[in-house]
Amino acid sequence: MTSVQTTAGPEVDEAAPIQLLSPEGELRVDARIDFDLDATDLVALYRDMVMSRRIDSEAIALQRQGELGLWPSMLGQEAAQVGAARATRTQDMLFPTYREHGIAWCRGVDPVDLLGLFRGTTLGGWNPRDNNVNVYTLVIGAQTLHACGYGMGVVRDQVVGTGDATVDTAVLVFLGDGALSEGETNEAFVWSAAMGLPVVFFIQNNQWAISAPFSTQSRVPAAQRGAGFGIPSVRVDGNDVLACLGATRAALDNARTGGGPTLIEALTYRLNPHTTSDDAGRYRPREDEDRWRALDPITRVANYLRSSGTDVEALDSRLAEESEALAVRLRAGCRALPEPSIEESFQHTYRDMPSELQRQLRVAVSHPSQSDEEQS
Amino acid sequence: MTTMTMSKALNAALRDSMDADVNVVLMGEDVGQLGGVFRVTDGLRDQFGDRRVVNAPLGEAGIIGTAVGLAMRGYRPICEIQFDGFVFPGVNQIVTQLAKYRHRTLGGIGLPVVVRIPVGGGIGAIEHHSESPEIYFAHTPGLRVVTCSNPQDAYSLLRSAVECDDPVVFLEPKRRYWSKADIDTSMSVPLGQASVARSGRDVTIVAYGPTVDTALEAAEELATEGVEAEVIDLRSLAPLDLTSIFESVRRTGRLVVVHEASLSHGMGAEIAARVQEQLFYFLEAPVFRVTGFDTPYPPSRVEELWLPTVDRVIAAVRESVEH
Repeated sequence: MTSVQTTAGPEVDEAAPIQLLSPEGELRVDARIDFDLDATDLVALYRDMVMSRRIDSEAIALQRQGELGLWPSMLGQEAAQVGAARATRTQDMLFPTYREHGIAWCRGVDPVDLLGLFRGTTLGGWNPRDNNVNVYTLVIGAQTLHACGYGMGVVRDQVVGTGDATVDTAVLVFLGDGALSEGETNEAFVWSAAMGLPVVFFIQNNQWAISAPFSTQSRVPAAQRGAGFGIPSVRVDGNDVLACLGATRAALDNARTGGGPTLIEALTYRLNPHTTSDDAGRYRPREDEDRWRALDPITRVANYLRSSGTDVEALDSRLAEESEALAVRLRAGCRALPEPSIEESFQHTYRDMPSELQRQLRVAVSHPSQSDEEQS
Repeated sequence: MTTMTMSKALNAALRDSMDADVNVVLMGEDVGQLGGVFRVTDGLRDQFGDRRVVNAPLGEAGIIGTAVGLAMRGYRPICEIQFDGFVFPGVNQIVTQLAKYRHRTLGGIGLPVVVRIPVGGGIGAIEHHSESPEIYFAHTPGLRVVTCSNPQDAYSLLRSAVECDDPVVFLEPKRRYWSKADIDTSMSVPLGQASVARSGRDVTIVAYGPTVDTALEAAEELATEGVEAEVIDLRSLAPLDLTSIFESVRRTGRLVVVHEASLSHGMGAEIAARVQEQLFYFLEAPVFRVTGFDTPYPPSRVEELWLPTVDRVIAAVRESVEH
């Protein structure tokens, strides 16, 4: 059995991460988790991962072409994100960081809307209430507390533990290994545990917080952090979509019935630099990346599908067509994103614009910007 | 009309706000059985239960950050920060999340959160219990900053703050918690408006929170010398009610600003800049400021030398009048 070891952290001596699908595409059984493969649409999960990867690679291309100022790539984290997102129900609320493009895809956020933040046309990009996905949070760890507060609201709304699958609600919050060092994350652990909140912390331990390896943040595996707070924790192979799906589903089910928080550590790897502005070659060896490339989350599902009789080549060619269409739509959609107006900033600072802001707005619009002058 | 201390008036405002709207939730350290260290939440847990009066774990970022999440879910949280000097771990959530979320969502979602903070010195306290952090919040777009100087405003402004759809930082001058006055709970005071605490023709004194009483005392003494000072109580520090300030200074031509917070880069600097911009030819004298000094808040045995006193206000007014 191939296990996934952290590359930069301390050697792991506890139980291996839960793995249901090996890198070779072989099914595994893990006593710690119940998983109903027959009820799982592996082709759909495969498609989600392929499409998420295409959103990511297309956005990188758009950044290279100067259409985006920046892009934080999620390459390599497709299984963690698709597995986690597909475990949610419509009424669940999700709090992403800024790298959860696969989450957004699965929840139905228009991929074009992901681009605005990085193009500089908006600070958000979508209505959090449309798909129950909060806008991206850039301040590391800040969203963990929002998730707890939202969970407090869920409890007060009495939509936990009713037994009605369409009503019971959980909160799924994403964070990375770097966020483990933020005080706010640790406060969120305290809050959720002390109050028994229906919150699942999904940590994508992608090994690197920009240039800082996991060992900078923690001397123990992230999943061990939960115990001290009284939060049941589980460690999964983050490149295994089935393990991520199964563990998240179990944790969300537990939260929805009033069982309180769970911490999931999904061991994965950020194959690309932190963002398009970063240079990973300055801090980590290429061999590291190569080793993780061999554990690709999409390849292993393809291997399994092939071995179980699916015509993967036909599937791939269908998905190539679909993802190419998506890429075309992303390129056009990106360029067509509405330009922001400076008026909007003034309009949305307060519910009603104070007279002083009205005065400042008149100043702002009375001077044509340099780019306007260049065009005229 | 009932006679109440400021602390009781705030308690009444919280109770009436919670009665009026089931979505109002109170959170803070020791706000439950104890009633808060200043007893402002006294009795509320018994009346409303622990779902609505939440004894928070000891973490200010947690108090504000969870309030943000509660507000996203449709609640109207009121957070109590125990002392001014302890708000700073929560400032990240206030500045980067609470203040910006409406803007980030293009007006789609506002966060009606009130952050109550006891502020100011003069109570013989140890370090971190006497500070005046208002300018950090007043300088942050998206926040409203409100403070009260008397029980009536404490009641009425807190009611308005809870009803406001923008986040409000509500500063309570702790050395005035025990000041008493008659209050009318049916009286509504909108946010954003200063009040004239005392009318006068010779000089304008702008003050807020704990220094309004100081200014009023100075004005009474000045009156015996024949100098009639007008005292403006700002009440709202952001947005600033410039109209009321301008109206007064246009008549008096003289302005003294009084605050406990340190001198440099403070409210006084902002007000002086605005006044010279608008009323340059109306001014008979430079704008003077009477404030705390640019040092950390001193040990309490010398705090009277640090705080703006009646004598220092009188001296500044004389300097203005004699200019």
